Amino acid sequence: MTTKLRGKSAIVGTGHAGFGEAHGLTAYDVMAQSALAALGDAGLKLSDVDGLFCTMMEDSMPALMAAEYLGIQPRFIDGTMTGGSSFVNYLTSATMALEAGLCDVALIVYGSNQRTASGRLVTASRPPAYEAPYNPRYPISAYAMAAARHMHEFGTTREQLADVAVAARAWAQHNPEAFERGPLSRADVLGARMVGDPLTVRDCCLVTDGGGAIVMVRADRARDFPKAPVYVLGSAAESSHRQISQMKDFTVTAARESGARAFAAAGVSPSDIQAVELYDAFTINTILFLEDLGFCAKGEGGAFVEGGRIAPGGVLPVNTNGGGLSCVHPGMYGIFTVIEAARQIRGDAPGIQLRDVDLALAHGNGGVLSSQVTAILGSQNTL
Amino acid sequence: MPDATGPDQIFQRALTNGEIMLPRCDDCGAYHFFPRVLCPHCHGTAISWHPASGKGRVHTTTVVRQKPERGGDYNVCVVELEEGVRMMSRVEGIAPGDIVIDMAVTAFVGGAEGQPAVLFKPAEV
Repeated sequence: MTTKLRGKSAIVGTGHAGFGEAHGLTAYDVMAQSALAALGDAGLKLSDVDGLFCTMMEDSMPALMAAEYLGIQPRFIDGTMTGGSSFVNYLTSATMALEAGLCDVALIVYGSNQRTASGRLVTASRPPAYEAPYNPRYPISAYAMAAARHMHEFGTTREQLADVAVAARAWAQHNPEAFERGPLSRADVLGARMVGDPLTVRDCCLVTDGGGAIVMVRADRARDFPKAPVYVLGSAAESSHRQISQMKDFTVTAARESGARAFAAAGVSPSDIQAVELYDAFTINTILFLEDLGFCAKGEGGAFVEGGRIAPGGVLPVNTNGGGLSCVHPGMYGIFTVIEAARQIRGDAPGIQLRDVDLALAHGNGGVLSSQVTAILGSQNTL
Repeated sequence: MPDATGPDQIFQRALTNGEIMLPRCDDCGAYHFFPRVLCPHCHGTAISWHPASGKGRVHTTTVVRQKPERGGDYNVCVVELEEGVRMMSRVEGIAPGDIVIDMAVTAFVGGAEGQPAVLFKPAEV
C-alpha cells in the first residue's frame, strides 16, 4: 500500500466465534458465526456484503465454499492463500477494491474447528517434495531451526524465548475470551515437554477452534456505523520463500520490508505504536518480528522481551489479548492480530484495555516465516 | 527406462544410481537447489548437471521428539553444501542431540521413506 491509500478504508465491525472448542460445529459453521458477529457489530446484514475475502485450511476453494454457505453472491472475491498472514493481506486488497468501487462492503472471514475435529493442525497443503522425505514436523521443525540459528548467532537463550510465552499468558489471564488463563512461569515453559529442540510445547501456539471476521467500508461512510471506525493507515506484504530450507537468512524475515513499507505508507514509526499485535505461532516469532519491524535492533530481541518487558506493565504492550500462545490459535491466527488492534483503538478490548490508543500494529505471518504482512491501524485522530 | 528429461527426474534418477548431481546455471555459474527449469538467481534457462562434492556444514538443526515406541527422536537439519546451496536432510551416525550448527558433514545416498535420498554423516577429521 502507498500513501495514496492511507486512511481510505476503515474497519467498522469485528467479530469472532467458536473460541476454544466449538463442539459439533464444522469449520464453515464457525466461519459463518464469525461473519454474523462482525456484521452485527457493524449494524449490517449478510445481504449487504458484496466483497468477500476468505481462505480456510480445509480445501482448495474455500472462498467459494464460504460464499455459497453464507448465501451471498459477491461481486469481488479474494481467496489469496499466504497462510496465516492472508487476513492481514486482505486489508490491502479490500482497501483497493473498496476505493476502486469494486465493492462497497468487504467481509474478511475465517473459521476452523481443528481442535475438536483432529486435535492438531488441519491443512490441505502438501509437504514440499524436497523436504517431505526427512519428516520435518510441520510447522514446528521450521520454527525450531530458526530459533536454533538465532540462539547460535546472537546468544538468544531459551529463558528469553520462555519469557515471550510468560508475557502472553500474563495478558491472557486478564482476557475472559482467552483459552489458556492458568499461571505460567519461565520454569514451567522450560520444563515442559520438548517437542522440537529448542522449543517445548509451551513455546508453541495453542491448537484451538475459532473464527474471526472483519467488516470494512470506504472511509467516506465509515462514521455512519455504530462503532468508532478504525482506519487502515498502511499495509504492506513481502514474501521470501515457501520451504524453510529455502529461507536465505534464518534470523531475518521479510517483516523487515513489509514493516518498513507499512510504516512509510502510514507516515509513522515504531515508537509511535501503542499496541503491537504479532503473529506468535512460536515464541521465536515475537522476537524476530520485534527486531524486523524496528522495535529493537537485530539480535537484541531476546533482551528486549526478557523479564516481563512485553508483559502488562512492561515497556511495550505486545499481544494484548494473549496471542496465539495463550488466547486462540485455530490454524491461522492472522485475523486476530487485526481484531485485537482494532478493539484496542475502539476501546472495547476484551482483556486489558490500554489507555487512549490511536495507533496499533497488526502483523501476520504465513507458512514457515514465508509471508510477512504488516498493517498500521489508526483512530479518527490519526487521519 | 526412458531417459530422464525434467529436472526433478534427472535428480531422482541420479540418486537411484547412487549419485548426487546438482544443477548449475551456465549463464551465471551459480548452483541452485531444488532442481528447476530456470536459475533462481539470474533466471537463465541453460542448466547443466554436476556431481556434488558432498562436503557441507550444518546450517541449522533440530531434534524431532518422538516417543520410543513410535521410532524415537530423530534429526532434521538444513545443510549448506560447499557449492553454496542448502537442502533439508538429516545427519546419521551420531545422536540427534549431538548435532550442532557449523558441524562439518559429508553427503551420501541413503534411504528415507523408502526412497533414495541425500543424507549426511559427520565428516572424517
